[in-house]
Amino acid sequence: MGTIQPKVEAAGDELTLVHAAKAGDISAFEELVKRYDRNVFRIAQHITQNREDAEDVVQDAFLKAYQNLANFQEQSKFYTWLVRIAVNEALMRLRRRRPERMVSLDEDIKTEEDSMPREVADWSPNPEQLYNQGELKEILGKTIQGLPPSFRTVFVLRDVEGLSTEETADALDLSIPAVKSRLLRARLQLRERLSKYFKNRTGGDGKQ
Amino acid sequence: MTCSDFLKELTDYLDDSMDAQTRAELEDHLQWCHNCYVVCNTTKMTIEIYRDSHLYELPDDLRTRLRTAIVSKCECHKSQASDPQGQSDSPTTK
Repeated sequence: MGTIQPKVEAAGDELTLVHAAKAGDISAFEELVKRYDRNVFRIAQHITQNREDAEDVVQDAFLKAYQNLANFQEQSKFYTWLVRIAVNEALMRLRRRRPERMVSLDEDIKTEEDSMPREVADWSPNPEQLYNQGELKEILGKTIQGLPPSFRTVFVLRDVEGLSTEETADALDLSIPAVKSRLLRARLQLRERLSKYFKNRTGGDGKQ
Repeated sequence: MTCSDFLKELTDYLDDSMDAQTRAELEDHLQWCHNCYVVCNTTKMTIEIYRDSHLYELPDDLRTRLRTAIVSKCECHKSQASDPQGQSDSPTTK
């Protein structure tokens, strides 16, 4: 069975842009915005689950990055540093919106039980073709919304944005085992929830 | 190897970050355990569906609006930083 390879953004002339931006060249910083605004928006909306908050996170994260460029030590990629800022901004917005609930990346919810597979019916070979584009997005959005913030944050960085485990740990200030544990549970919980939409309906799966 | 052992290694298996011997043991387990085969296959599909879904794409008009706002705020910050007198005179612009 094949493995999943993360997609990797080309580093290109990124450091040149960062140096120019540090020297005050706003057009160089604008290039960095163009390079990563889609990613930051996606991450922010996955975490906050709110469109307005995601828009604010994009603006605030890039402004904060610009204001603090001098503190960027270049020991990690600019993108990883930016993601760290964006995740913090997004979590802050989420906390504001849900003050009654603790929102933390440190939470390690429940036991392993919550991720044990119960649904083991195989899926249709092309599950995404069972629904139109709009329905599919609604299903995927609703499903990931049900995950705890700490799980969906790790999942979006690692599996949607293609950061490595090390980069994800660095961006979230988590240990590598903590990233792996959350990622496994996020993947299994999403799989479990998606099974009800995508399982093979022609294969005699024991439905009552 | 039990199904529980297999599950613990599933993330490293899908990410191809394990030694050849552990990989061979997992693949041996997959040969005869249908449930783990299904869980492994559907977890891989889950990742691929989300990766290819274009969920939460940034529309072009919003993208332009956000970028204009960001650049304008950066310019404002730059002019305040290079004019400390001005900065202390106008702490907020909103």
